[in-house]
Amino acid sequence: MEAFTTHTGRVVPLRRSNVDTDQIIPAHWLKKVTRDGFEDGLFEAWRKDPEFVLNQPAHSGATVLVAGSDFGTGSSREHAVWALQNYGFKAVISSRFADIFRGNSLKNGLLTVVLPPETVERLWELTEADPTVEVTVDLVERKVLAPGVDAAFELDENARWRLLEGLDDISLTLREADSIAEYEANRPVHKPRTQTV
Amino acid sequence: MGRTLAEKVWDDHVVRRAEGEPDLLYIDLHLLHEVTSPQAFDGLRKSNRTVRRTDLTLATEDHNTPTLDIDKPIADPVSRIQLETLRKNCADFGVRLHPLGDVEQGVVHVVGPQLGLTQPGTTVVCGDSHTSTHGAFGALAFGIGTSQVEHVLATQTLPMSPFRTMAITVNGELPEGVTAKDLILAVIARIGTGGGQGYVLEYRGEAIEKLSMEARMTICNMSIEAGARAGMIAPDETTFAYLRGRENAPQGEDWDAAVEYWKTLRTDADAVFDQEVVIEAGELAPFVTWGTNPGQGAPLSASVPDPATFEDAGERLAAEKALEYMGLSAGQPLRDVAVDTVFVGSCTNGRIEDLRAAAEVLQGRTVADSIRMLVVPGSVRVSLEAVAEGLDKVFTAAGAEWRHAGCSMCLGMNPDQLAPGERSASTSNRNFEGRQGKGGRTHLVSPQVAAATAVLGHLAAPSDLSALSDATPAGV
Repeated sequence: MEAFTTHTGRVVPLRRSNVDTDQIIPAHWLKKVTRDGFEDGLFEAWRKDPEFVLNQPAHSGATVLVAGSDFGTGSSREHAVWALQNYGFKAVISSRFADIFRGNSLKNGLLTVVLPPETVERLWELTEADPTVEVTVDLVERKVLAPGVDAAFELDENARWRLLEGLDDISLTLREADSIAEYEANRPVHKPRTQTV
Repeated sequence: MGRTLAEKVWDDHVVRRAEGEPDLLYIDLHLLHEVTSPQAFDGLRKSNRTVRRTDLTLATEDHNTPTLDIDKPIADPVSRIQLETLRKNCADFGVRLHPLGDVEQGVVHVVGPQLGLTQPGTTVVCGDSHTSTHGAFGALAFGIGTSQVEHVLATQTLPMSPFRTMAITVNGELPEGVTAKDLILAVIARIGTGGGQGYVLEYRGEAIEKLSMEARMTICNMSIEAGARAGMIAPDETTFAYLRGRENAPQGEDWDAAVEYWKTLRTDADAVFDQEVVIEAGELAPFVTWGTNPGQGAPLSASVPDPATFEDAGERLAAEKALEYMGLSAGQPLRDVAVDTVFVGSCTNGRIEDLRAAAEVLQGRTVADSIRMLVVPGSVRVSLEAVAEGLDKVFTAAGAEWRHAGCSMCLGMNPDQLAPGERSASTSNRNFEGRQGKGGRTHLVSPQVAAATAVLGHLAAPSDLSALSDATPAGV
């Protein structure tokens, strides 16, 4: 995974709550068997509207998405994270994320930042008034900085460390191979098996 | 202090616990399908890794599979490649697969339980959010992303941070004509699509204890629509009776040992939930959604709400946008909403009891001329059972289309989709914009409401049909 330390970029203010993963990347895109090439599918239905915020030239090249509460609800599709990254987003800010989406984002180095609704509103107002405003998402200091905004955010220490170092979860877990084998040796025999091997 | 059901199952699966780190949890059953697994297998290949426990892994084809002409090559080349990729991956890595055309093929969350693989006290994961379905057995079951699929394939474990617990206590009995689907839609409307975020829900109380396994699966299935990590129901005699004798259920002495363990999987009397929601079953009625998320629902007897009455600004804006997308006006009675398509199926309501319920309503009646009705069994086994009972004949005689098993119109990855502007009454789980096809409009309903709606052409409950026949003069 690519490491994340700090990122500064312009913002796409997305004034919508309950942005579900079917909106982020519609199901017909999920037939692809790769992790890339999803950028054109990002918010595909909404992008048909020329007024949609992502279509506004002023926000072109922005790398931080600021959205309403309950971002990423619904399906577990990791394609939603890949689509945001393929499009160029490095971080997403919201007052609440769906659990599976949040987990997927942190495993891919897309930083998802939870800030209070008032701060989200402040960032919207700021970047709607002046789309050239830059926001810094600093994982080292656990802060979001913008003109007049200095907001601390929480992220559990372990997830933060993995992101900062860009660590591969599977390699970390495989260090515990002995513990896994020991657990397996003590599993009850009545547990289900899909086949005899 | 006592522990909740969820905490007991969690504790029994901790491989490693260390201060300041997520617990490393062992996974008893890993289910796979074609959509969220190809990139995970690719990852294994790139790192030269194998599947650690092929005997705890099972794959089925469901999301892309057509429900017509299944004996012909799949028309969509991209879907075909995805299914072929799963077949190759399963062959290369030694994973048991039930492909299209196999008698055990079907929606992954229907297949696991019917094979007896989903058992109390197990941890079950799948790259699919509706994995919460399996919690109906007292399993800790949750959806994961593709990176986690790869992690489980390689290690049979997942690092997981602890969750909070929420009791959803449903007192009393469900009134006649009110189903598990109505109950869960009412729960989601009550706590909201983010209300369960960070929680495992435990459904309990008299109304839950009286439900069949299939009804319990419908409830746990939609826990994710309230934002929950998982939903669970304590195993009891209903659970044991369902499992006994199934292909992959324990046999002989193993069965006795298993049941002894399963009986310990109840929340202790002195356990404390982080939150509790109490629902009176007797107050519930058939429930439908009017908006574009599963929390935007109301009793069928109600009218489309006025967004101006929502106190929260975010909810008000969401309701305005939803009504605009759905083509509905505030104050319009929900019973007046005419639909074009009725879909009965999915991991939520595609099991035999669901098909029986819909068939019972349709028996001797016909689907309105304006309506296209699709009935898609959740698995081949469900389909065979329905045919043996003659349910397929009831559906086709009424004018509905009887299809092959799969996810179908729940998410429209195969050709079964809504056209732009088309409106459905659907027994599936999500009414998101465009979920069932670009521009499609979805109302989530129970199988009974779906069938009554098909007959009348507008949202309706079976009681509306009997009211009609009661009003028919004698001799006519």
